Amino acid sequence: MAVADPTVVVDDLHIVYRVYGAGGDRGTAATALLRMMRRQHRPSIREVHAIRGMSFVAYRGDAIGVIGRNGSGKSTLLRAIAGLLPAEHGAVYTTGEASLLGVNAALMDDLTGDRNVVLGCLAMGMTRQEAKDRYQEVVDFSGVGEFIDLPMRAYSTGMGSRLRFAIASAKSHDVLLVDEALATGDAEFRRKSHRRIEELRRDAGTVFLVAHNLNEIQETCNRVIWLEKGKIIMDGDDVPGVIDAYLDASGGERRERTPVSG
Amino acid sequence: MSGPARPAGSLSAPGTLSGATPVGEVTPLPDEPLAELAARYGLRPSNRRPTLLTYSRQLWQRRHFILTFATARNVAMYTEARLGQLWQVLTPLLNAGVYFLIFGVLLGTSRGVPNYLAFLVTGVFIFNFTQRSFLVASRVINDHLSLIRALHFPRACLPLGYVVVELQQLMLSMLVLFVIVVPAGEPVTWYWLLLIPALALQAVFNVGGGMMIARIGAGVDDLSQLLPFLLRTWMYVSGVLFSLDTLSRLKGHHTLQAILQANPAAVYIDLVRNALLKSQRLSNPGAQPYNFSKCWWYGKHPTDKPYWSAYCHPPPLSTWPDLWWLGAGWAVAALVIGFLLFWQAEAVYGRG
Repeated sequence: MAVADPTVVVDDLHIVYRVYGAGGDRGTAATALLRMMRRQHRPSIREVHAIRGMSFVAYRGDAIGVIGRNGSGKSTLLRAIAGLLPAEHGAVYTTGEASLLGVNAALMDDLTGDRNVVLGCLAMGMTRQEAKDRYQEVVDFSGVGEFIDLPMRAYSTGMGSRLRFAIASAKSHDVLLVDEALATGDAEFRRKSHRRIEELRRDAGTVFLVAHNLNEIQETCNRVIWLEKGKIIMDGDDVPGVIDAYLDASGGERRERTPVSG
Repeated sequence: MSGPARPAGSLSAPGTLSGATPVGEVTPLPDEPLAELAARYGLRPSNRRPTLLTYSRQLWQRRHFILTFATARNVAMYTEARLGQLWQVLTPLLNAGVYFLIFGVLLGTSRGVPNYLAFLVTGVFIFNFTQRSFLVASRVINDHLSLIRALHFPRACLPLGYVVVELQQLMLSMLVLFVIVVPAGEPVTWYWLLLIPALALQAVFNVGGGMMIARIGAGVDDLSQLLPFLLRTWMYVSGVLFSLDTLSRLKGHHTLQAILQANPAAVYIDLVRNALLKSQRLSNPGAQPYNFSKCWWYGKHPTDKPYWSAYCHPPPLSTWPDLWWLGAGWAVAALVIGFLLFWQAEAVYGRG
């Protein structure tokens, strides 16, 4: 892998969230007024050190699975790579633009599916003609079918995420970050999206995949990073090996173990 | 999902690692410092904003997105309502109706303004354009977080797109306006063509102002709560409901009057009124040579001889060329400052 060009460089990254109103302060009008009279700042800022010193390099053609428990910093890492979170210390470098696909990345809920397809393509910088050419492909891929002319708020969770993935993957990205966005799709869609991620990798892109379904990671990825408490525990090309080690360490979570042992 | 606080030690489920004991197998890092490696391969910090030139070019490239976005928004706006797209016309009509009932019929603010109905409706529609553009802009970033987080595009598309939405609505309002002012006694003249540059200048001003407000509103959510009050105050001091030229309270306060008259809302409203309404062109102070007695008489009995306001001293900054210069100045200033301000924070939008 080291022969390929790097696409994402994470250099000693620290991310700190500042959560306002963490304490017992209920944030009523009276307390807010009192606070202003006493010239205090926003109450009880709590700092959450979500990522504590992470370094790695991702290369062209990598599909990297990111695993770890809830709160281990997986989504935070992806958002930092996408440039949506400022680093407290260290830095993230990327080629081109990194696109993040999350579960709740609804595009425009009150617009119809077909409007969303066209607008999404145009927003990503396609010309009108390109958007028109890609339209049918996107719709077919999403498998939304006749619902395409309904507003997206009428979609089921699975349909919505399928359409979003279809739109975002219509363009080849240098770096695509997928945060559980495929989890709600059905088996057929998972197969299709798996193929699509393979294609994106072949187009010399890099794909990051966060999923609790370890099967999906094993099928799709050639490298796995295991996070715990904002640090990298393991990071390697031996995908089943890292997953097994992760499962051994978190023995309690049977829900995830079952599919893998099969 | 994204790393909430967890007190240390809560991880000790059976078979869990205690504490952060890193390192099993780790893909080896390159030997050279990572920052240098990144620089060597031309990687850039992920949250760096583009240069002003690149940004402008990206924005121009997204022009189709902006137009399609605006049209889609406009169509979607009333899909829930039973009367559907009819509301595009009904909303401005009702708006004008309410103001006419209160200020024209009940309070009689029409003192000395010829053809008050046409005067009022024009003012309400024109101010509404700026008002709605600014209100939407204050929420535009926070309302589109998911879109911002999902796709990469210059964020200025959003405030810009919404001004186009409002411009499309204004076009409909203008049709309604023509239907109101012509039966109210205003002739169709070549002056109507001046509506195009006047509204274009106002649209540019709205884009610039909208970008400023969007930038502030993205960081300070309180702005969208406060803004309706500020805008309503602005409306009352901009001569939407009464003529600033003839407001008796302003008599003798020339500086104050000039300031009010030079404010952008008043300027654009006056430009449109002068273009659209013959009664305004004829009764504007300064439209006739100064005549002390007629002006004095007008001050005493404004409802008697409304057109005699034209014989009064032209208050500063209210002549026709002055207004055009002011309108253009406001538009350019707002656009430049707004665009720079919005661009400065480009990398910050969408962080929760």
